[in-house]
Amino acid sequence: MKRFLPLYIMLLPGIVYLFINNYMPMAGLVLAFKKVNYAVGIFESPWTGLSNFKYLFSTKDAFIFFRNTILYNLAFIVFGNIMAIFTAVALDCIRNKFFKKFSQVVILIPFLLSTVIISYIVYAFLSGSNGFVNNTLLPLLGMDSISWYSEAKYWPVILVIVYLWMTFGYNSILYYSTLIGIDKTYYEAAVVDGAGILSQIRYITLPALKTTVITLVLMAVGRICYSDFGLFYQVPMNSGLLYNTTQTIDTYVYRALLQLNDIGRSTAAGFLQSVLGFIFILAANLVVSKIDKDSALF
Amino acid sequence: MIYNNKLFQFFMHLVMLFLALACIIPFILLFSSSITSEASLALNGYSLIPREFSAAAYEFLWTTRESIFRSYGMSILITTIGTVVNMTLTFLFAYPLSRKDLPGRRFFSFFLFFTMLFNGGFVSTYLIYSNVFHINDTLAAMIVPYLLMNAFYVIMARTYIMSNVPDEVIEAAMIDGSNEFQNLLRIVVPMSRPILATIALMSAISYWNNWTNGVYFISTRTDLYGIQNFLNSVMNNVTALQSHSTGLSNAQRFPSVSIRMALAVIAVIPILIAYPFFQKSFVKGITIGSVKG
Repeated sequence: MKRFLPLYIMLLPGIVYLFINNYMPMAGLVLAFKKVNYAVGIFESPWTGLSNFKYLFSTKDAFIFFRNTILYNLAFIVFGNIMAIFTAVALDCIRNKFFKKFSQVVILIPFLLSTVIISYIVYAFLSGSNGFVNNTLLPLLGMDSISWYSEAKYWPVILVIVYLWMTFGYNSILYYSTLIGIDKTYYEAAVVDGAGILSQIRYITLPALKTTVITLVLMAVGRICYSDFGLFYQVPMNSGLLYNTTQTIDTYVYRALLQLNDIGRSTAAGFLQSVLGFIFILAANLVVSKIDKDSALF
Repeated sequence: MIYNNKLFQFFMHLVMLFLALACIIPFILLFSSSITSEASLALNGYSLIPREFSAAAYEFLWTTRESIFRSYGMSILITTIGTVVNMTLTFLFAYPLSRKDLPGRRFFSFFLFFTMLFNGGFVSTYLIYSNVFHINDTLAAMIVPYLLMNAFYVIMARTYIMSNVPDEVIEAAMIDGSNEFQNLLRIVVPMSRPILATIALMSAISYWNNWTNGVYFISTRTDLYGIQNFLNSVMNNVTALQSHSTGLSNAQRFPSVSIRMALAVIAVIPILIAYPFFQKSFVKGITIGSVKG
């Protein structure tokens, strides 16, 4: 045992960090069943049973943010993967080496940016009085200006576009790295047999991507209760008029805790997010391991 | 490589060109708007071609240089400390896990791995950090929560060590009197340089781009803000920039429309300059990060 002592000492800092950053917050989930009182200390606060949950579901806010979180994630999964696969196939088809390299470099730029910078870019397009869309694009189409940051109905489309812009490069590089692994002789044989472009894509390229698609989709389904806080908070500029279509579990929990000081509702919503998230991840992983054992997390 | 004809090649080049432009045009919009005069912006809005050139926004930003340089300095400090500590924790954890003979290895692996499946979420994490550890308004708040160690990177490093550092090398070193810390420092780390570079890059990008820790935990000590939080506070209240200015004469008008764009340009340029140098490692980080281990 003494022989391994140095190795255990090496593990110690990481264990301490995981304990503080991950395991203590897990224990903190019990706060959803307490009436938190900072004066007596959060863990010493009295139990209240399910009242935080009853309180959470007493307004229709809960319905709205659960609905938004799940619908946005579904839209991201469907459109995100279609666009990424399309881009990966396009990259694979291009023969001009310089242009291929150039495209690979450029499409990753949006993924490098913080959501704060992305919110500046979106603002340059959508600002009511100075935005590019209101001043240049809409007049070209003969349409009137739109006050983007106060009209909720446009945001499902805007946020999906912004999400696609941010992530399509990243996801297409994932797919592309699978595509370059396909054995060239498959294509050669197909061409000898008279396969055209579309049948090569249909019978060789897409089947080769199948496991990557299934894995990425299921991993995304496993995270269906989570949303990118920056995308839903920062990009709509925290505009209260847009909550109906921009509020997700993550933005609600933040606003309830730090802006409305409504600890009960935010702990209850956070508890549901963690527990449902855990169930979704386990379920998604179970399905992945049935389909392709190597891609499963465990 | 799909075999295809000239027409299809042409079509695919066109599609890719459109996508590449979609990634570049927003930056042109930011830059052009930042060098356009206020009068022209009021008339035509932000546009891709500057109709009436003016450096007023940058001249004004120069008067706030102290705040801008300080937040840049904070970002560099936070990113450096965070990445160095992250690498240290990651390799200290990954090396013992890579040793198949370590008693209790399965337990420690699970202890690490479980954090990828289940987490306490924002509310609990916030309450623990702020009420148990009183981290609010300290430098630690910008570095410690969420970002200091990532189970995923530890598993990547462990897998790399297991397949690239042969057991025999470690055993031979032990016979020559090397201890475990020397093994880690003199054998494992030098032999794991590629994965170390990749993980360090991903960690540095997360620190550089992080603004949520500042929003969550910093309320009074705004001098701890990095560039992202500085940008964020200006976005919320552009006139607040005037309070950072040291040399604004009353006659000089505050370029409130172009200033946001100029500030965004200043925040983006260093990343765009550095990107070509780390592009290869970045792509590698993405592709190995996706597939398990």
